[in-house]
Amino acid sequence: MAAKTIISRPVYGTLSPRPGKHHLFIADAEGALAITNMAGKAPSGFFDGAEIVFIPGPEGKHVAALEALKPMQLHIAPSFASLLPRLKQTLTNAHMGLRLYLAGTEGLIGQAMQVALEAGIDHTSIETEHRGSLARRVQCVHCKGITENVTTQPATCSHCGLLLLVRDHYSRRLAAFQGVCINAEDRSESPPIEEVFR
Amino acid sequence: MGITFRKETFRDDFTFKNSPEHIRRFPFPFNEDSYMYAVNIEPHVVGPKGSVLENLIDVDEHYVAEMQDRALVLAEDPLRCQSLAHMTLAGWDLLELLMEQQALGYPEHFTLERNGDRWRWINRPLGIDDTFTFGDTSTLPYGPMEYITRQSQGDFCILDQRDGNLWMDAGMVTTQADWSLDFDIGMNFFEWHAPVPLAHEKGIFTRALKFLTNIQQGKPARRLNWTMTINPRLDTSPENYHKWGPDRATVTPENVGQKVHLRVELQSFWRLPRSNAIVFPIRCYLIKMDELVTQPKWARRLHRVIRDLPEELATYKGLTRYRPTLVEWLSKLDDGSPTSPGFGPD
Repeated sequence: MAAKTIISRPVYGTLSPRPGKHHLFIADAEGALAITNMAGKAPSGFFDGAEIVFIPGPEGKHVAALEALKPMQLHIAPSFASLLPRLKQTLTNAHMGLRLYLAGTEGLIGQAMQVALEAGIDHTSIETEHRGSLARRVQCVHCKGITENVTTQPATCSHCGLLLLVRDHYSRRLAAFQGVCINAEDRSESPPIEEVFR
Repeated sequence: MGITFRKETFRDDFTFKNSPEHIRRFPFPFNEDSYMYAVNIEPHVVGPKGSVLENLIDVDEHYVAEMQDRALVLAEDPLRCQSLAHMTLAGWDLLELLMEQQALGYPEHFTLERNGDRWRWINRPLGIDDTFTFGDTSTLPYGPMEYITRQSQGDFCILDQRDGNLWMDAGMVTTQADWSLDFDIGMNFFEWHAPVPLAHEKGIFTRALKFLTNIQQGKPARRLNWTMTINPRLDTSPENYHKWGPDRATVTPENVGQKVHLRVELQSFWRLPRSNAIVFPIRCYLIKMDELVTQPKWARRLHRVIRDLPEELATYKGLTRYRPTLVEWLSKLDDGSPTSPGFGPD
């Protein structure tokens, strides 16, 4: 049965080339495939004005495929955290015509969008495509700590240890889904933990 | 003749209660024997003397105790009051509105003196006498929204209007029915209502947004909403759900009358003059079952509403665990006779 979703849950599309001269791609892991697929639809010379920032992840794949696009700049980063200072600088100094494309895991798209929003870029102007893991970033509503790469329902908060129901309610500002204690009314209840966000 | 403010608590020993006059003025939210969502918005105009609508901003016997409870919540969790950077002007708008309305309705308790931008605000129940420059945040001990909402009953959300939508960009939220300002701040109207069941499909939010974005200055609107709370606890935030959630498992046939409370929100919507934002006060009224059933019409009607409530709504409102006990208790006060039309007691 398909999970019933709610309006605050982000909806992702398929990357498509936007008009303009300056394009910034941020992708992780299989997000690279979203870029190479899009390249087939792009006008010639599109990547002459493109910067691709890529986090290959543990499997380290897809770097050569991105190099083959011959972007103006290809930057490989080991993690999103390591990328953050560069990304803030780039987006803060970006001029009006910059087009932003985000592809890969929800955590990557969400966190990159969070930086873009802080730089004053409207979220509706950003192209997104989800590829790869469905693992979620979850904010515990109780202690406010964020747990990365949540794959189970419910999930244990990595900060305060409460067992959290992972809701579909999503905050772009926090780049996180909301986690609410699932057995608050009776702590002796222990619902089965299932792997659902893979 | 002013209000006699009660000394009471909304936590720990829970000494909150309503005086007999306050029971009669309780804004009972059901005008028929069943309940379903509707866009039940109407003009917020002054109502009968002695009702909660006698003044457009209502101050009641719980004022001082509620403000003390708010201060405790904010000391524990300052994230309950937040304002995005572009919302300061709207905060000043709100300060003006609340000072004007409270001084107008309750001159024995509140006085506002204006001399150009130099304002003096006297709040006698809380022992405040401050002079400040309107528009100059450095002349107040807090930002304008926080300053005045520490002195006004109810939660307050300030909604910025742009792109045909309303954005939850500032708020003081310490008495909420289980939603988090800290999580929802910055969201638009549809996003922050996303978890509400059934209403999206019925087009409720689309119509409500259309109405709200057209609200004009000087023509506020209002609606009632309701839920139930175990113990007279104002702070039923998701932040503290793991602390108050266990209360829901403590309801027994013997303690229903004292433990179970109907919680009614009088929500109003006002256009603010300088910022063009909408302020959305959510005023919370609590009444315990023992108090409510002193009005036989309310007892009969509440029994029928709770008994027949659709399961999704009961779940969303968190009633599941104690609904059977409550319905059984109320059924003994329902002889099946008809109820008179309208909200008020007989």
